[in-house]
Amino acid sequence: MSAVLEVADLAVRFRTTRGTVNAVDGLSFAIGEGETVALVGESGSGKSTAALALLRLIADPPGRIAAGRILFEGRDILALREEELREVRGGRIAMIFQDPMMALNPVYTIERQIGEVLALHAGMGREARAKEVVELLRLVGVPAPAERAKQYPHNLSGGMRQRVMIAMALACKPKLLIADEPTTALDVTVQAQVLDLIQSLKDRFGMAVLLITHDLGVVAETAHRVIVMYAGRKVEEGTTAQIFKDPRHPYTQGLLEAAKWEEVEGAMLREIPGAVPSPFDMPKGCAFSPRCGAALPRCRESVPPLVEVAPGRPVACFVAQERAS
Amino acid sequence: MRGGTVRFVLRRLAQLVPVVLAIAALNFALAKLAPGDAADILAGQMGHATLEFTEQLRREFGLDLPILEQFLAYMGRTARLDLGISLIQQQPVAELIADRLPATLLLMVTALVLAIATGVALGVAAARRQGTWVDNLISVSALLVYATPAFWLGLMLIVFFSIRLDLLPSGGMMRIGVAQTALGQVLDVARHLILPAATLGLFYAAVYARLMRASMLEVYGLDFITTARAKGLSEGTIAWTHALRNALLPVVTLAGMQVGHLLGGSVLIETVFGWPGLGRLVFDALVQRDLNLLLGILFVSSIVVVLVNLAVDLVYGFLDPRITHK
Ligand SMILES: Nc1ncnc2c1ncn2[C@@H]1O[C@H](COP(=O)(O)OP(=O)(O)OP(=O)(O)O)[C@@H](O)[C@H]1O
Ligand code: SF4
Ligand SMILES: [Mg+2]
Repeated sequence: MSAVLEVADLAVRFRTTRGTVNAVDGLSFAIGEGETVALVGESGSGKSTAALALLRLIADPPGRIAAGRILFEGRDILALREEELREVRGGRIAMIFQDPMMALNPVYTIERQIGEVLALHAGMGREARAKEVVELLRLVGVPAPAERAKQYPHNLSGGMRQRVMIAMALACKPKLLIADEPTTALDVTVQAQVLDLIQSLKDRFGMAVLLITHDLGVVAETAHRVIVMYAGRKVEEGTTAQIFKDPRHPYTQGLLEAAKWEEVEGAMLREIPGAVPSPFDMPKGCAFSPRCGAALPRCRESVPPLVEVAPGRPVACFVAQERAS
Repeated sequence: MRGGTVRFVLRRLAQLVPVVLAIAALNFALAKLAPGDAADILAGQMGHATLEFTEQLRREFGLDLPILEQFLAYMGRTARLDLGISLIQQQPVAELIADRLPATLLLMVTALVLAIATGVALGVAAARRQGTWVDNLISVSALLVYATPAFWLGLMLIVFFSIRLDLLPSGGMMRIGVAQTALGQVLDVARHLILPAATLGLFYAAVYARLMRASMLEVYGLDFITTARAKGLSEGTIAWTHALRNALLPVVTLAGMQVGHLLGGSVLIETVFGWPGLGRLVFDALVQRDLNLLLGILFVSSIVVVLVNLAVDLVYGFLDPRITHK
């Protein structure tokens, strides 16, 4: 499988009044054609920052892509000129966000907001756009698409708005869809529908998907491969089956454990004990060591490097690496 | 939608009637608080300020009646839109105002349009280059203008543009005694309008530039701007469409709230530039204790203010579809 996207040693820093935050550090991964890769990790682990960096959407200031290489269809995103970058954005790589209310402009109609993409990337005229917008809305399952097109975001429910976002993202049949927690802000019943929609459209158009989520249930259903992030770094990667059946990193194990409890006790949320370290006060050595049951003295001394414990299974944990060797 | 807007305007106009009448009542009370009346002034001017003559004038003007009676008579007239006769100039107040109001409105509207256009343009420019020298220059200039008294600014503009450079007329509204074509007349008035409108508008331009900058920066932090960038739109398109339309809302609100203030400022600036608007009339009415004229001007001003506010509400509804005129 050839890679659509290859990310190497990506680092994103935010300069704040309290100091520099290494929101993403040394992140490398690849996404194959038509593949769905899940990016998981607790809040603040740098998932959104990594996703935004892929399209150079990090606000500067305060943020900056400090290092790394992003190859998309063989082109170096970080080296593109502004106009070239804008062709990729929305044309070849599309993005949808967590909160569909905030992600749509409240003062423009749905037609105008989707139409904008068609005008920009497909050069469509007014009438062609109007027709295509209705088609797209129908495709993503918006009832009465012709009427909806003329309405404003506040006239639509959360689920409908996310469908609109998806229609907008799909307007130019992108090669890669980045979905940053696309269902988190939605009702549980709607969540499944929106995920199914993304899945079916992905198959239909042969898109690759980078799916950011902290819902492991979603990961199990949709992803081919999983990347686990903690405190800005990738700590483990594997196929979905490998990650679920044989998690190697104690953090991944903790996430799965917590998810199991969540299922058993229904709405009761169980979490890994302890909290994500503050980016201003990172522990020495392994960032997970203050919360890790398996921690050894050396874990508090040096940062565990990513080492393949099996083919295609990099893990950043001393203990896991020792067990494997 | 359209029918809804018409009904909204009609209902708002109906609601304005009691508001305007309440303002009129307040005006009456305020005007009566000032010592002395037109009879004193007129008798003094005529040179025989005997008590008897003054009292006679007072009777003629109805100023001798009990205050409540005067008040009721005034309110009755006002409700019928009858502004009475000027006590001093002995002309219908409505005529006096009608002569002067257009000039004031022209000055006011020009200044407002100028202020909003420059304020918005500068605010957007500053926000797009946040933290750069462009931003700093705009912000500091805005602060300076904001802190400068308008009449002083007006005098400086006169000194510079009409005395030093001899580019623009320093006062009046048009050249007198010169035969001109219609177009020539319009251009002539426009030339006369530049300095007073700039003087009046600059302060507001500074206010709107600062507000617009802050508002743009706030909007830039919202998710839909990231969406717009992710779509591949250019920064220019994002600034002038997606961000601008949202960022304008607070500016429009403030502009609406400041209309009264603007009218007051306009009257002051008129005296600096000899602009033939309400300014001179207000001055005369105050000095001569011309109660009818003063109340008439205040009444018409209040109507102008509420009507402009209504217009602002309509603009707001046009900018923001979440506002429905129901
Ligand atoms: N604009 C910013 N300024 C300063 N710090 C930032 C900014 N954006 C993100 N960060 C920091 O970067 C780190 C990663 O944040 P990010 O939003 O990428 O996490 P996330 O994994 O997407 O979390 P969540 O699940 O809550 O969305 C956090 O420590 C956050 O505080
Ligand atoms: S390196 Fe040590 S502290 Fe970090 S996860 Fe592995 S065992 Fe735990
Ligand atoms: Mg996030």
